[in-house]
Amino acid sequence: MFELLSFGPNGWGGQLLGGAAMTVAVSLSSFALGLVFGSLGASAKLSRNVALNALAEVYTTIVRGVPELLVIYLLFFGGGGIVMAIGRVFGYEGYIELNAFTVGVVAVGLISGAYSTEVIRGAVQAVPHGQIEAARACGMNRWLILRRILVPQTMRYALPGLGNVWQLTLKDTALISVTALAEIMRVAHVAAGSTRQPFLFYTTAAALYLVLTTVSTAAFERAERRANRGVRRA
Amino acid sequence: MNWELMWDSVPTLLGGVPVTLELVGLALLFGAAVAFAAALLRLSGNPVAERLMAAYVFVFRGTPLLVQIFLIYYGLGQFEAVRGSFLWTFLREPFWCAILALTLNTGAYTSEILRGAILSVPQGQIEAARACGMSRTLLFRRIVLPIAIRQMLPAYGNEVILMVKASSLASTITLLEITGIARKIIAQTFAVFEIFIVAGSIYLLLNFLASRLIRYAEWRMTPYLRARG
Repeated sequence: MFELLSFGPNGWGGQLLGGAAMTVAVSLSSFALGLVFGSLGASAKLSRNVALNALAEVYTTIVRGVPELLVIYLLFFGGGGIVMAIGRVFGYEGYIELNAFTVGVVAVGLISGAYSTEVIRGAVQAVPHGQIEAARACGMNRWLILRRILVPQTMRYALPGLGNVWQLTLKDTALISVTALAEIMRVAHVAAGSTRQPFLFYTTAAALYLVLTTVSTAAFERAERRANRGVRRA
Repeated sequence: MNWELMWDSVPTLLGGVPVTLELVGLALLFGAAVAFAAALLRLSGNPVAERLMAAYVFVFRGTPLLVQIFLIYYGLGQFEAVRGSFLWTFLREPFWCAILALTLNTGAYTSEILRGAILSVPQGQIEAARACGMSRTLLFRRIVLPIAIRQMLPAYGNEVILMVKASSLASTITLLEITGIARKIIAQTFAVFEIFIVAGSIYLLLNFLASRLIRYAEWRMTPYLRARG
């Protein structure tokens, strides 16, 4: 039975490892995209512009209140249409097809971004206001304050929350197996179908996810320790 | 935007609401029982039980729900022993497989919420109850549990919303709840946006009602906070 998991010609070991690599690649890309959406969302929520506030509020409410699977279906079946509509605005009339990787990263990135928005917003608000005032009193301009005072401290406050978002993102990538992208779940599904050993392959998939979540928990713990190296524990 | 199609899809998609509610309701009910048992075992002081429950929580929180659903629906049927047993009447039904997976999943998350809440009960309250001569079970029933449940409600509200969303994964094992029906209509009509808007609105409404319900329960359980003023 275990030779099915080996790396030989009859084994699925190579494909499963490839699937794990794909899962990591999709997760990292989605998480990074989510950080971009999250930063934009957080600055929109914290701005004094009412329209931007409302836009960010709509984004986080919808994406966090609707099942991930629906968001993925929306982009998988409708993503090409959106891109072609944008293309037409710029005068491109051709047919555009998105590959499964792009669709998956954008879909999971959108979901990840909605959660990151709240985490980053909270972290920005956790920076004591006196520090901003002090920086202003030193004559720093807005960008310098952002770069030297706000961002470094926000990163520290946001780390634990972003760790949770990363775990969610990692697990959400399993859902894009419905778009036939060859990540862990998809490989396990195909292998289970062709060998008639579903229990073996889904258990292996679960074990691979456990390894990924455990390793990333440890990585985030290290990052937090490093980010807090200048902070005295109460 | 095809308004007519959008309007016509409303009753069809609403037809999925009972299945979604059944999935969520039963999973939360059974999940609460699992969580209660798991949290108590986790705090029992018995090292074997504690390890076992820690492992259960670790596995179910560390893997995607989709793996858990597939493992139960496709994986268990692989064994002759399972197919021969009385359990097979349940496990060959996608509905009960989904319920089992959702129950074990929410049970793991909720047991951690409950454990944290039990640990957060102020020591002074327990000492006071002991000083009044309450037995261990009476103390737990009258003091620890009510305070813990009140304490855990906000976090549990999040878990309820997560469950409403998680129930959509049941569509991957052929169940026709809201997302399953939405997928079917999209495949037939290619009206992706129209269907997304209707199905999404139904979920938003369900989640809004769920959060209101939890908010109300919280309000009911904290009369001492509103006595003033």
